[in-house]
Amino acid sequence: MYPFKYQKAATVRGAVSLLGKAEDPKLLAGGHTLIPTMKQRLASPKTLIDLSGAGLSGIEQKGRNIVIGAMTTHAEVAASAIVQQAIPALARLAAHIGDPHVRHRGTIGGSVANNDPAADYPAALMALGATVHTSKRKIPAEEFFAGMFATALDEDEVITKIAFPVPAKAAYVKFPNPASRYAIVGVFVAKKGSQVKVAVTGAGSGGVFRHTAMEEALAKRFNPKSLEGVATPAADLNGDIHASADYRAHLVGVIAKRAVAAAIA
Amino acid sequence: MTVTALGAAVRRKEDHRFITGKGQYTDDINRPGQAQAYFLRSPHAHATLKKIDIAKAKAMPGVVAIYTGEDVAADKVGGLICGWMIHSKDGTPMRAGPHPILAQGKVRYVGDHVAVVIAETLSQAKDAAEAIVVDYGVLPANADTSKAQKAPEVHSEAPNNTVYDWHIGDKAATEAAFKAAKHVTTLEIVNNRLVPNAMEPRAAVGEYDAGNDALTLYTTSQNPHVARLVLSAFIGIAPEHKLRVIAPDVGGGFGSKIFIYAEETVCVWAARKCGRPVKWTADRTEEFLCVAHGRDHVTHAELATDAEGKITGLRVKTIANMGAYLSTFASSVPTYLYATLLSGQYAIPNIYAEVDAVYTNTAPVDAYRGAGRPEATFVVERLVEAAAREIGMDPAAFRRRNFVTKFPHQTPVIMMYDCGDYKASLVKAMEMADVKGFGKRRREAAKRGKLRGLGYSTYIEACGIAPSQAVGSLGAGVGLWESAEVRVNPVGTVEVLTGSHSHGQGHETTFAQLVSSRLGISIDNVSIVHGDTDKVQFGMGTYGSRSGAVGMSAISKALDKIEAKAKKVASHVLEAAEADIDFKDGKFTVKGTDKSVDFGTVALNAYIAHKFNPQELEPGLKEGSFYDPTNFTFPAGCHICEIEVDQETGVATIAKWTAVDDFGNVINPMIVEGQVHGGIAQGVGQALLEGAIYNKDGQLVTASFMDYAMPRAHDLPSFDVGMTVTPCPSNPLGIKGCGEAGAIAAPAAVINALTDALGTEEVPMPATPQALWTVIQKQSRAAIAAE
Repeated sequence: MYPFKYQKAATVRGAVSLLGKAEDPKLLAGGHTLIPTMKQRLASPKTLIDLSGAGLSGIEQKGRNIVIGAMTTHAEVAASAIVQQAIPALARLAAHIGDPHVRHRGTIGGSVANNDPAADYPAALMALGATVHTSKRKIPAEEFFAGMFATALDEDEVITKIAFPVPAKAAYVKFPNPASRYAIVGVFVAKKGSQVKVAVTGAGSGGVFRHTAMEEALAKRFNPKSLEGVATPAADLNGDIHASADYRAHLVGVIAKRAVAAAIA
Repeated sequence: MTVTALGAAVRRKEDHRFITGKGQYTDDINRPGQAQAYFLRSPHAHATLKKIDIAKAKAMPGVVAIYTGEDVAADKVGGLICGWMIHSKDGTPMRAGPHPILAQGKVRYVGDHVAVVIAETLSQAKDAAEAIVVDYGVLPANADTSKAQKAPEVHSEAPNNTVYDWHIGDKAATEAAFKAAKHVTTLEIVNNRLVPNAMEPRAAVGEYDAGNDALTLYTTSQNPHVARLVLSAFIGIAPEHKLRVIAPDVGGGFGSKIFIYAEETVCVWAARKCGRPVKWTADRTEEFLCVAHGRDHVTHAELATDAEGKITGLRVKTIANMGAYLSTFASSVPTYLYATLLSGQYAIPNIYAEVDAVYTNTAPVDAYRGAGRPEATFVVERLVEAAAREIGMDPAAFRRRNFVTKFPHQTPVIMMYDCGDYKASLVKAMEMADVKGFGKRRREAAKRGKLRGLGYSTYIEACGIAPSQAVGSLGAGVGLWESAEVRVNPVGTVEVLTGSHSHGQGHETTFAQLVSSRLGISIDNVSIVHGDTDKVQFGMGTYGSRSGAVGMSAISKALDKIEAKAKKVASHVLEAAEADIDFKDGKFTVKGTDKSVDFGTVALNAYIAHKFNPQELEPGLKEGSFYDPTNFTFPAGCHICEIEVDQETGVATIAKWTAVDDFGNVINPMIVEGQVHGGIAQGVGQALLEGAIYNKDGQLVTASFMDYAMPRAHDLPSFDVGMTVTPCPSNPLGIKGCGEAGAIAAPAAVINALTDALGTEEVPMPATPQALWTVIQKQSRAAIAAE
């Protein structure tokens, strides 16, 4: 790890101001990607702005939305009675991120801002039609994720909270990498009114994506059988030592069916 | 006082220290004035070192010293050695390239040691290492075992990258057996490369005492005396009486801490050179890149059977990857620890094995839990299972037909099995596993879309390593006895100094149990001292499941001497003839009387020496012994794995695991069961999860836990563990050893279960979901084509 300056923001406004002033700054949320990368000397920000004191933690129900503060940990989301009651699929997703250490440090805002192509949360945001609230605007999930490790966030923008509309039915099924436990394929399905959204993480070469062919099939009938014969082209998928693009394409179909089955169970 | 008997499942004495965080590991040791070492490692798998410019780095803040291969050569520091000479078929000695502690002229794998930077802090050492400018002449590299003999030359000493082409057994007789065979079963087997990943990474602190011109090395070693011997006699660091090696608490070894590595050697050499204690602790990436890996065999295997289902011959051609340099015992692993076990539990009249050991541009490969024996068991048990299926026999019945039943049994490949009852462990395991009910379970699984299979592994291993004369005749550079010293204090408490080393095995408990049962004192009054060459006279360390069979036998022999001497003292205390003294349950008694004295009183009298003439009997009560085994020991048993494969995803889930092992007499069943559990976990890891993968450029793709899958609790079922006992006749305690059994037995049981489930013998290791899905796809394509 190279030396860096540590600064703790007391408010969101303070964090934004530091982002503007500090030399080569990086926001620190749970730090579960950033700190290991810094330890390996692969990242070397000059300034770390710690958001843990900026009052961004907490979960509340606001009308038909579940609103989760950006610094809320995965463990808090998993254990939240509000989330468990309104969107149990989201609580379960959070309960299976990494291991207990990760879940007690890692945050929803940090995960979303990092947009790791194998992270779980991006699939939830996309399928549930969530809105990312930042220090300067509200960004629909659809516009927020901009490819592998890329988002719509500006340099001086801080995620404050994420609002999830409560679906009628939803489920997330993950096929984990046997080593890292990140998603090789993760499929989040959500049904709200007549609309069905299917978001796939882990598989796409551009990060999380909506599977529109599956959505159309499921909009007609929300049942695993509707997905028979719905193709997932391997061309746009990742391949690595754990799973080729073909295997991932196959898994997307299998895991999507299991997710739908879980949603209607 | 409570005596703890042999066979009592007492809790481990050492665990309080470990679970309360009071263990003292090498990284916990900090010496006054200590500096930190950091190794600049090669990013290339194969390259010439055209120039190393350290000028800028040397001027960086905090830098104490920077050394390269040139400094090593100038100081005439010897290279690392391989301690077992193997001869090729034509009688020529193996062709080993030099193994300098810092690279000289060339780097041969990613992670090879280019320079060491010693600085006030680790961060400063890393900063300076980044400022070293190395001009590499990148060469083509090869990591592939099967292609090694046609790949670019790794060492000029070894043409065709072949260290040796060795063989064992009767070639002509075996060929004749195959010609006459009714049926021949053939398998192509890849035994996947593994990274040991002990929880504690390797570490070292070297310290120089200028006043006494003596060096101390604190290090993560399974055998500190062997380390001292090699560092002194071969590498020339310091004579033995001027070099102390201390291996304090060590957090797991699995073989990987047997070896004498470059980093530890550099620390102790550099400590004198720069005049500062020098510390190095591997980070996990360094462990992945540079610890000695395990396995990595490519094998063509054949089994010949006659019309009655009797095995008539076994033939094997194996290419064994040694990596870029020969590690300390690398040469022995695919030869005398492998091919000598190819008879398995079976009476096989003809065996012929050829082994080519090859250099590649990868980390060195050496002994890893089981060392050669898992590879042999995998070959034999896969062949036996496949042969039984091919000739239409039940795999268990086929095994029973071919088991060795008369002992001693001389195999065609050196080993003389001393005792065992292979049928007993198979029958017991089959009952425990409810093999009879398997068909029903398989049908029920099919209804859930799961393919269920059952696989056996009736393994044998040669442990209790090893009779010195025997291994000496096979090329070992050292004797493999063990030593012990038992010191009885005046109040009757006991210290045992042992050359065995505990790094998870629980010696502080099991060895104390032996003393307790023999002398009738509480295990709390026994302390086990190990891991320090200044305290323990000598020792060969812990590996090859030898600490019970060999290490405890040495203690037992020393206890015989203690008992004999104590009887003499007791005869004076009790004023009776020595021949009339009995010793039982911690009490000396005089035959035919009610006179008695306890062990503590006798110990005190040995030291106060008031009751006997010191001209006739020396005061004190302390005895030592060296024990050299007369044979290997042969733990054996039967593991049965039941597995289910999800046809849609290829995910394999172990549904049931039964292990019945014959370890001879057992000192502490709880510790033994723990060893079995851990071994199975490692074996299952090899079978389903773990595989070190180098790409075509020789980069280690699986260099972190993000890509290298270690087994987790949820990957394993709750194990059903049982035992049978045939006491080992070749050592006083009847112990065979248990440390490696699980890792040896498990891979074959898993793959045999998977091949049973999938109906094809072509299942690779590790059988990852992707690999199994690929097998399933291939089969369904074949099925469609057949329709």
